[in-house]
Amino acid sequence: MKSKIRIASGQGFWGDLLTAPVDQVTKGPIDYMMMDYLAEVTMSIMQKQKRKDPNLGYARDLIPLIEKILPICLERNIKVITNGGGVNPVACAEAILQVARRLGVKKLKVGVVVGDDILDRIDELGSHGMELKNMETGESLKTVRERLQSANVYFGAFPIVEALRGGAQIVITGRTTDTGLTLAPMVHEFEWSASDWNKLAAGTVAGHILECGGQSTGGNFSGDWRSVPDLAHIGFPIAEATPDGEIVITKHDNTGGMVTLQTVKEQLLYEIGDPRQYITPDCVADFTTIQLEQVGPDRVKVSGVQGKEATKFYKVSMSYLDGYTAIGTLTYTWPDALEKARRADEILRTRVRDLGLEFEEMRTEFLGYNACHGPLANAIQEPNEVVLRVGVRSPEYGAVERFGKELAPLILTGPPSVTGFAGGRPKPSEVVSYWPALLPKEAVTPRVQFHEI
Amino acid sequence: MKIRLQQICHARSGDKGDTANVGLIALKKEFYPILRNYVTAERVKKHFEGIVLGPVERFELPNLWAMNFLLHQALGGGGTKSLKNDAQGKTLGSALLRMEVDIEEEVSLK
Repeated sequence: MKSKIRIASGQGFWGDLLTAPVDQVTKGPIDYMMMDYLAEVTMSIMQKQKRKDPNLGYARDLIPLIEKILPICLERNIKVITNGGGVNPVACAEAILQVARRLGVKKLKVGVVVGDDILDRIDELGSHGMELKNMETGESLKTVRERLQSANVYFGAFPIVEALRGGAQIVITGRTTDTGLTLAPMVHEFEWSASDWNKLAAGTVAGHILECGGQSTGGNFSGDWRSVPDLAHIGFPIAEATPDGEIVITKHDNTGGMVTLQTVKEQLLYEIGDPRQYITPDCVADFTTIQLEQVGPDRVKVSGVQGKEATKFYKVSMSYLDGYTAIGTLTYTWPDALEKARRADEILRTRVRDLGLEFEEMRTEFLGYNACHGPLANAIQEPNEVVLRVGVRSPEYGAVERFGKELAPLILTGPPSVTGFAGGRPKPSEVVSYWPALLPKEAVTPRVQFHEI
Repeated sequence: MKIRLQQICHARSGDKGDTANVGLIALKKEFYPILRNYVTAERVKKHFEGIVLGPVERFELPNLWAMNFLLHQALGGGGTKSLKNDAQGKTLGSALLRMEVDIEEEVSLK
């Protein structure tokens, strides 16, 4: 058994810094690299792509990235684990093998975790009494059944562990928890048992620190942000794990950013609920037991983590179509910028009313004045410019589209010194809403398959 | 003495559906009791009047000198539904740092 492994974070979301995973595999030693691509609505975007083309439905960025890093990953035996397979992990694996063949790679094993996509099984599950009620509101799924776009079970670390045990160099999954991507190599290398709750919780906490990339190494840091060195070349986090479940968060030498108690704490608190019950498919971690210690420059030790038995349910993430929105902006300048923007908003609302357009919500914000902090913002006497931002939402496509035609006319028929309409008419975009539910674990079985050269 | 939370804390916020969370972290261990005693769920709810429409929950993490606040119905419906420029509540952390508390004890802010 290895006495220590180094797991690197390569991507914190679909759209993250493209140079980060390349830096992680080239700028210092690592054993594994995890990359998180999936947010709540990402799966519905991918479903839409898959419906248009059955070979799509995964994070396409992944393919040119793998092309760039595969030779060095094979040379240094770095294993790559990612949930970028989205709603089509098999097609993703095949695309990776195609790239590998083009690079002249003679031998490559890709592990694929499938079984999380239950969109085709909704009615069957319902007929067995698994109603998939909204776990936050208690509403019946029937209210949105016809508008469902995607339905995926969150799997944890163990299907990935199985793929690693089978010798996979790359593991592609669909909807796997962000934390499972980091926990899996620890379970695999250190042979942790599936009921060693404290160790599983420690690996889960490490996963939470890694899952948003640079957000634990000085990015989006609200403390003394000016003190963060060289954000242009920020190093993404690395978790050094040992068999006893002790973790050190660090980053490669000669990269920007920093790893301090403060940067790690901010990420630990990011998007959590009750800190005593951080629930994953693998365990329930208690964040109030985490002990942090700065043990060197850019090195923070995480210890003492306690966990409890995992629940008997998987969380299911579903998405459904929920109407349309359109949002447009116009920029008004000195003098009287705010007053002009307010007057333009009044004129717009009068015209929309005259047209008989009705919306679930019509929202006006004044960017540069108080859009973010609302009533908490300090009053500014004389802003040099204000961006009027107006959005509407409706179940009716037509009403939203018609609204989009009312902004540009304000330039020639409203208050003066206005600009910023180069982007054209705001187009209606689909609202995809999120439907969280619980499903007994025995209702689905993750499966691991291997695709290889 | 009056203190603005910005003087003694840092913070990060994010979203889960229509609920925002704000992690509020004391810059020094000795500031943590101020959070515990003065930054109550009720006061945070009042601070966010007009922004947070639902209840506010508070959770303590003394090990990190921190509090986690859940701000319900804070994001205009959340996700792709929200018409807010800050639909993910990313700036609610700095909005909480604007809060002022009037504390009985004298503390050194250095």
